[in-house]
Amino acid sequence: MIDVHQSDAGPTPLPMSTEYSANETLDVKGLSCPMPVVKAKEAFDNLEPDDVMEVVATDPGSIADFEAWENRVDGVELLDQEEREEGGESVYYHWVKKTE
Amino acid sequence: MSTDTPSGEAEADGDVGGPSVEERIDELEAELADLRSETVNDPKRMTIIATKGTLDMAYPPLILGSTASAFGWDVTIFHTFWGLDILHKDKTDDLKLSAVGNPNMPVPNVLAALPGMDAMATKMMEKKIADNDTATIGELIDTCLQTGVELQACQMTQELMDYEEDDFFDGVTTGVGAATAIDDMADADIQLMI
Repeated sequence: MIDVHQSDAGPTPLPMSTEYSANETLDVKGLSCPMPVVKAKEAFDNLEPDDVMEVVATDPGSIADFEAWENRVDGVELLDQEEREEGGESVYYHWVKKTE
Repeated sequence: MSTDTPSGEAEADGDVGGPSVEERIDELEAELADLRSETVNDPKRMTIIATKGTLDMAYPPLILGSTASAFGWDVTIFHTFWGLDILHKDKTDDLKLSAVGNPNMPVPNVLAALPGMDAMATKMMEKKIADNDTATIGELIDTCLQTGVELQACQMTQELMDYEEDDFFDGVTTGVGAATAIDDMADADIQLMI
């Protein structure tokens, strides 16, 4: 287990990627269902075990959909998810670890 | 005080010559292990029968198919009747939305039946798809084919519609019928008719 997320972060948002030291960041902003999960799967296939991927999406459905992806697929561990306000829009962060 | 002691019978059984309880347990454990390895090792399977060729009805099979494929599942989409148009190279970019028959359309059905209304409804939907960065039907077909979704074109309706094998995208499986679809569905964890 990676030692993650002590964050009751207080008023200043943490800079992205620091908590999980992601090996890869996947930007799927603007894409809607089913593409965030489909693209995440493609990128995930190229990772090594124990790698962590950060997925940045604007699809509000991606929160539930990434949970479902983790629920159904061996080797996918959803470490955390977070909604942030950036430039007036909601952005959804997902940190996914490849466990096998 | 109870004098009810039925255990004597069970002990006597062991001497009759059939498999002992231990042997039977071993057998059952072996069977269980086989079953477990089958269910664990086989990916889940989904089979969808796609029967509709309107723009709105073309989406669900492709969205569900590409997503299940991202789960690592084996997916077959069997296209029949108007569903064939989704796989037709010259028709797939030209799928229409029907203005009639949907009470949620912004115009009443009696007006929706007028000439040009389907085209208008389709334009509206295409604009919304573009504005929302929703994947196009073409992109979803590419995704499905690249990720190993089996896209099948029903032989009987292909002939009924006067379509040729070459009319379909490369990678589409032709020459299949109802028996193939049932064979697929019988082993599938999820079967959907759309």
